[in-house]
Amino acid sequence: MQLTLEFGGGLELLCESVKVHNVNIDLPKGADKLTMRYLLSWVRTDLIKERPEMFMKGESVRPGVLVLVNDCDWELTGQLDTTLEEKDVVVFISTLHGG
Amino acid sequence: MQPNGDDVARIRREIEALKDTKASIEHKIAVLEAQLQQHQSDDVCNGSCPPISAVDANLANGLSADSVYRYSRHLLLPSFGVEAQSNLLKSSILVVGAGGLGSPALLYLAACGVGRLGIVDHDMVELNNMHRQVIHTEAYIGQPKVKSAAAACCAINSTIQIVEHKEALRTSNALEILSQYDIIIDATDNAPSRYMISDCCVVLGKPLVSGAALGLEGQLTVYNYKGGPCYRCLFPTPPPTTACQRCSDSGVLGVVPGIIGCLQALEAIKIASAVGEPLSGRMLLFDALSARIRIVKIRGRSLQCEVCGENTTFNQQYFKDFDYEKFTQSPLSTSPPKLNLLAADSRITSKEYKERIANGEAHVLVDVRPEHHYRIVSIPNSLNIPLASLEARLPEVSSALKEEQEHNGTVSGANLYVICRRGNDSQRAVQCLHKMGFDLAKDIVGGLESWAHDVDPNFPMY
Ligand SMILES: [Zn+2]
Repeated sequence: MQLTLEFGGGLELLCESVKVHNVNIDLPKGADKLTMRYLLSWVRTDLIKERPEMFMKGESVRPGVLVLVNDCDWELTGQLDTTLEEKDVVVFISTLHGG
Repeated sequence: MQPNGDDVARIRREIEALKDTKASIEHKIAVLEAQLQQHQSDDVCNGSCPPISAVDANLANGLSADSVYRYSRHLLLPSFGVEAQSNLLKSSILVVGAGGLGSPALLYLAACGVGRLGIVDHDMVELNNMHRQVIHTEAYIGQPKVKSAAAACCAINSTIQIVEHKEALRTSNALEILSQYDIIIDATDNAPSRYMISDCCVVLGKPLVSGAALGLEGQLTVYNYKGGPCYRCLFPTPPPTTACQRCSDSGVLGVVPGIIGCLQALEAIKIASAVGEPLSGRMLLFDALSARIRIVKIRGRSLQCEVCGENTTFNQQYFKDFDYEKFTQSPLSTSPPKLNLLAADSRITSKEYKERIANGEAHVLVDVRPEHHYRIVSIPNSLNIPLASLEARLPEVSSALKEEQEHNGTVSGANLYVICRRGNDSQRAVQCLHKMGFDLAKDIVGGLESWAHDVDPNFPMY
């Protein structure tokens, strides 16, 4: 499945400072759909190069990270159970505090 | 004729002495200019700016003839007009933080005719603020930001009321200060302040225009507006402190907070004048490098929110007693932490280090700052190994020590010192070195900051 993953607010530093990743992810064996839960574990093992604790906590993202599926907060789409479709855009952004 | 070594030293000394004199004269001029400016603005504004101009019975919505002329370009806007301007003139807005975000926000809010404009800040204007905190001028370096910002606002619009709150916002004064205003703008720079301001706005029922900027990115949204979410609905748990970067560590391109601050002024103006759709339930994400602005839909008010949710017990008393520094594990002030990880015999002061150089002691100085910091300025003959790669590059430390020992012909071996910007990372590095068998490694207390302060006043700090 073709997805666009974007990292911002400093999270891009965890994947070699690249903000936009066009990826092709195989569905997990025996599954007919791809959920955010699976995507997160895929990102953790296949994309993040360092300090995974700066991205995840447990099976979800760490506090202070907003997840947006097609420009919509994943709280509104079902969080970890959100089902992804072909060509979806998933944004991970760390909240900023500076000024 | 080539000048000899003595001449060079004499000329250098003379230059240094003249530079010192020049700096002291420039400082005196700056102070006098600031005093002069204060006197001039006092003449215009009579201490604090007078309240909104008197109502002229002959004009609709109570705008005076001067106000009609001053705000005529607003009045000419069909979608803004007299009513919105009149609302604005009757409104009060508080800007917390007169820094990178607050600077442009305050300038526009003063210019557009907000009736009463409050400014909260306890900091002084510094030279390294000037690239982004555009409300301040060089003449105010060393003076309170609130004073500088108020003078600038007053110079733009002497017909509005400007209120100076020269204090740090705390749970002990926040309720009293925020309650005097209709709309709050969060232009602060740290996590505990953001939670504190949001919670206070919920308790007082005030809309909050929240902006943030770091590096080349900015974020903006409106909280607690007409049933919309609060900061805690979005971020119920504070992020780990390692995820809270500061502009003073990570850097920020000056214009980025400028853009976000302008947008904060815009959102506040929309709310105050009751025009348009405020950015509530949505968030604006700005990426300066790729020139992209993304506006995303965010969750609504959470029924489970600790502060604004259904069964909340969070009230004014609870707020006053809440420890935001403990909650977020980080200080309300922006001053960087001062760690104390090492025993005293594993540390030396920058002055002691200077003496050891002067005595020709065989040693290696490892600078553990990131490479782009090292490129700004460094102590001659230091070896740059960033903390993150120290463990992997220990062989370089070993060979540098060996080389230094051979070069100096000492039997006892060369000493190992570690320096960083402020003396925190150097302690972490020494801990790591001790663990890896470099038992004699010592850090230089206070890092390059103390070197610049105590040893070499001409060493550039950043
Ligand atoms: Zn809430």
